[in-house]
Amino acid sequence: MIEWVVMSLGIDAFILRAVLAGCAVAVAAGPLGAFVVWRRMAYFGGALSHTALLGVALGFVVGVEPVFGVAFVVVAVALILSGLQRVRGLSLDTLLGVVAHAALAVGLIVAATLDNVRIDLMGYLFGDILAVGWADVAWTWGGAALIILVLMKLWRSLLSATVHADLAEVEGVNVRRTDMVFMLLLAVVVALAMQVVGILLVTSMLIIPASAVRGLSRTPEAMAVLAAFAGVTSVGAGLWASYQYDVPAGPGIVAAAALLFVVGLLLKRNR
Amino acid sequence: MSNEPILIEARGVEVAFAGHTVLSGGDVTVRAGEIVTLIGPNGAGKTTLVRVMLGLVRPSAGTVTRKKGLSIGYMPQRLGIDPALPITVKRFMQLGAPSGLHTQDYENVLQEVGAAHVINQPMQGVSGGEMQRVLLARALLRKPDLLVLDEPVQGVDLTGQAELYRLVQSIREQRRVGVLMVSHDLHVVMAQTDHVICLNRHVCCAGHPHAVSRHPEFVALFGDEVASTLAVYAHHHDHEHALDGHVHGEHCDHD
Repeated sequence: MIEWVVMSLGIDAFILRAVLAGCAVAVAAGPLGAFVVWRRMAYFGGALSHTALLGVALGFVVGVEPVFGVAFVVVAVALILSGLQRVRGLSLDTLLGVVAHAALAVGLIVAATLDNVRIDLMGYLFGDILAVGWADVAWTWGGAALIILVLMKLWRSLLSATVHADLAEVEGVNVRRTDMVFMLLLAVVVALAMQVVGILLVTSMLIIPASAVRGLSRTPEAMAVLAAFAGVTSVGAGLWASYQYDVPAGPGIVAAAALLFVVGLLLKRNR
Repeated sequence: MSNEPILIEARGVEVAFAGHTVLSGGDVTVRAGEIVTLIGPNGAGKTTLVRVMLGLVRPSAGTVTRKKGLSIGYMPQRLGIDPALPITVKRFMQLGAPSGLHTQDYENVLQEVGAAHVINQPMQGVSGGEMQRVLLARALLRKPDLLVLDEPVQGVDLTGQAELYRLVQSIREQRRVGVLMVSHDLHVVMAQTDHVICLNRHVCCAGHPHAVSRHPEFVALFGDEVASTLAVYAHHHDHEHALDGHVHGEHCDHD
């Protein structure tokens, strides 16, 4: 039915699915990415996404949808990482580097040892948004809606804890729980974004749109909303380039976001 | 003063990190309308003791008792908001404020601390002294019974420091709040405080400022040099604070 409507409009269905899934991810990743930037957690997001391949491989081993494997592993790693923040003698970015690359390596090994399945590594590493089905689109929108709802509910506490954790705690915010929920949201967005831009570029969906609109924003809320718009624009532009010039879609989206970032810098300078 | 109700009381607080005791025998009592100051060298455990009293650190021994329904206004040492976070002073204050306040309320409290002009400025653009006043204003918005100030004059020039301490004094008088303060600049503190607790991993001595400044452990901890600086500083300013001349005299006798 949907296919028929789409066809009669003269658009290829796969492009429509790609746009829908991409926009869902962008809408969730924008506001969440703003917090990643404010909390200086860019490297944390990167580490989380590198563990996603392990999730994909484990998903095949256990025989469930890769997206569930990813969600499970990323959530587990997020919890471990939040505990690791207290390891003495090593800085957090060192620990993140260890975890990220160890997980990527183990993920590649497990993927290679699977006999009866051939995992499309390129697809997972660089995204395969043009191959998403209607079920993926539904999952993506569901996940994005969940992220937005929880984030709206959590907004004030999370912002308060981002500004100053101790001050927030004294003022009655449960900082530990807030941080934990934030980490889980990040894990979900990583699992969603993986399909769109791939494991290696997931962080860019979080970081680049948010930083691109920093110069245009006067309030945290404005920055979060504008980041979502910037993300949607990047998805649109990247997919258009992919359709017109056969550019790979995931990298096209990230390159478009980077272009927006440069435009944002120039706009800020001219103010 | 001793008839005022006790707001918060720490008894025998001991804190150990990784099996290493950083603080023991921490006793602090703050009553309504009283300014209590923790002094001591770096690493003496001042901030740790305050964090225990705020409920941010769990002590390995000892107790902290609060008056029922105690409302605390906390002013942390420093903020360090990332430059990427666009937030104005007003929005920052709203984050900690009870609901239902109007712009007028924010203006009033900023007026009280002498920082009304920064209300719409970005947090990252205000000066050190303005930042401390904004933090104080945010603490006051909560109508606190107890103000907890961790190094309130950090990053503020000397004249500004004296002004800030005077501001704390006048807030104490007008609002009848208790104040618990951490500081290591002895000069102004000695004049502006009702009760000094000198800390160096344990409570060295405690009491009225001029009694503490004569205490042998205090002199041993801060040395004759500091003691004489204290005397010189006090001398310069005794036209402003009657008590300073007194402190000055004590030190001369002691030496």
